[in-house]
Amino acid sequence: MKYLAAIGKYFIMVWEVFKKPTKWSIMKSLILKEIDELIYGSMGIIIFIAFFIGGVVTIQTALNLTNPLIPKSLIGFATRQSVILEFAPTFTSIIMVGKVGSYITSSIGTMRVTEQIDALEVMGVNSLNYLVFPKIVAMMFYPFAVAIAMYVGILGGWVAAVFGEYAPSGEFIQGLQLDLIPFHITYAFIKTFVFAFAIATIPSFHGFYMKGGALEVGKASTTAFVWTSVVIIISNYVLTQLLLG
Amino acid sequence: MIEVDNIHKSFGDSHVLKGVTTCFDQGKTNLIIGQSGSGKTVFLKCLLGLFTPEEGSICYSGQKYGELTSDQQRDLRQEMGMVFQGSALFDSMTVAENVMFPMDMFTKQSKSEMQDRVDFVLKRVNLTDAHYKFPSEISGGMQKRVAIARAIVMRPKYLFCDEPNSGLDPKTAILIDNLIKEITEEYNITTVINTHDMNSVMEIGEKIIFLKNGHKEWEGSNKEIFKTDNQAVTDFVYSSELFKKVRQMYIEERN
Repeated sequence: MKYLAAIGKYFIMVWEVFKKPTKWSIMKSLILKEIDELIYGSMGIIIFIAFFIGGVVTIQTALNLTNPLIPKSLIGFATRQSVILEFAPTFTSIIMVGKVGSYITSSIGTMRVTEQIDALEVMGVNSLNYLVFPKIVAMMFYPFAVAIAMYVGILGGWVAAVFGEYAPSGEFIQGLQLDLIPFHITYAFIKTFVFAFAIATIPSFHGFYMKGGALEVGKASTTAFVWTSVVIIISNYVLTQLLLG
Repeated sequence: MIEVDNIHKSFGDSHVLKGVTTCFDQGKTNLIIGQSGSGKTVFLKCLLGLFTPEEGSICYSGQKYGELTSDQQRDLRQEMGMVFQGSALFDSMTVAENVMFPMDMFTKQSKSEMQDRVDFVLKRVNLTDAHYKFPSEISGGMQKRVAIARAIVMRPKYLFCDEPNSGLDPKTAILIDNLIKEITEEYNITTVINTHDMNSVMEIGEKIIFLKNGHKEWEGSNKEIFKTDNQAVTDFVYSSELFKKVRQMYIEERN
């Protein structure tokens, strides 16, 4: 019952976010600030993780293809499919929940504790629109980050294959080009948008409605991380079944 | 003027406000006093529209808050200024940006007009060299003055202050009290202050409401509080030896 009430409260919050919008001149600068903070500020960790995950996927695939009849190009094919379908959108999103999600919960939660949200409300500002809407818009640029993660992941795979001597460059690239289904890329981006919305709104919900002091801000960040990860994992399964199943 | 009629507010099983009825006068500093847990903060948050009472009504210059649409309520809130206990300044903004924020949000004034108004109100609260500092770089007393400047920048009709003296040294506390009283008279606004500070009660309490266990126990002015026979009020106000002696001297002088 408690969870149902929380889910209902979450959807009411999402509805409230889009009501009584903040003046555009102020909103524009808030959105740019959030893009810088949430997306641009996360590019380093996204690129780092994508590069090494791509490399690991290549090595694992190569080490498991022991049959000499299987062409080496399959390593490139498996790397591309794994990175595009799962590692770039889902794995990166879980990392983003940890980095961006906890930042969102703690920043909004601290504003709640220090009565800054009450100050906004007293002034007549729709605090949900002011605080959460710029984060949602900024996170809609997250698919660009995932596109870069896809590219860097495959590059990491190529580096691991060529310099680790698991597959020659030509065969790896041939595998990358093999049987590409464009809808797989569309599917990856559709789920990235869903994850982006979850990463922007669920931690905001936990920060906005938190009660207590500094200790509770930390607890709210942990709870937000757990629930956002759960939502991402479940929606990943549902979307995969709906779009590819 | 704010008229409060029989408001009740509960949180679960806890009945915090049990039928408070009172009136806050325009151009006066109205104080709410009472022990911790007596319902002062909940009462103030009901006045601000942050909590909705289950019963009763609050009228702002004849407008019943509960009967207004949500847009009208937001418009009414723009006529309110609030000084929070911890100042509640926005950490990511400078002092000038904090003060400019409500104007930037709700008016169509040019940048230079807003800048002039910010300069004026900051000068009014005796802060002329802190424009570009962040809240974390200024003292608690200065933060309170910035909060007052932000609260009055839109020329509000109603000013609410939650424990404006908490955490301040006695000298700064008196400065803040006097500043609030001057601003109340200057702008002819209805000021409601939630306080524990007995100096404030004696200095600026033109109208005092004493809350006890969610009820209005006593109402009067700082002059009347000396004469009252209400045991709960005298126990609370004269809990310190110093104030007991002051009261004794006052009574002896009268006799």
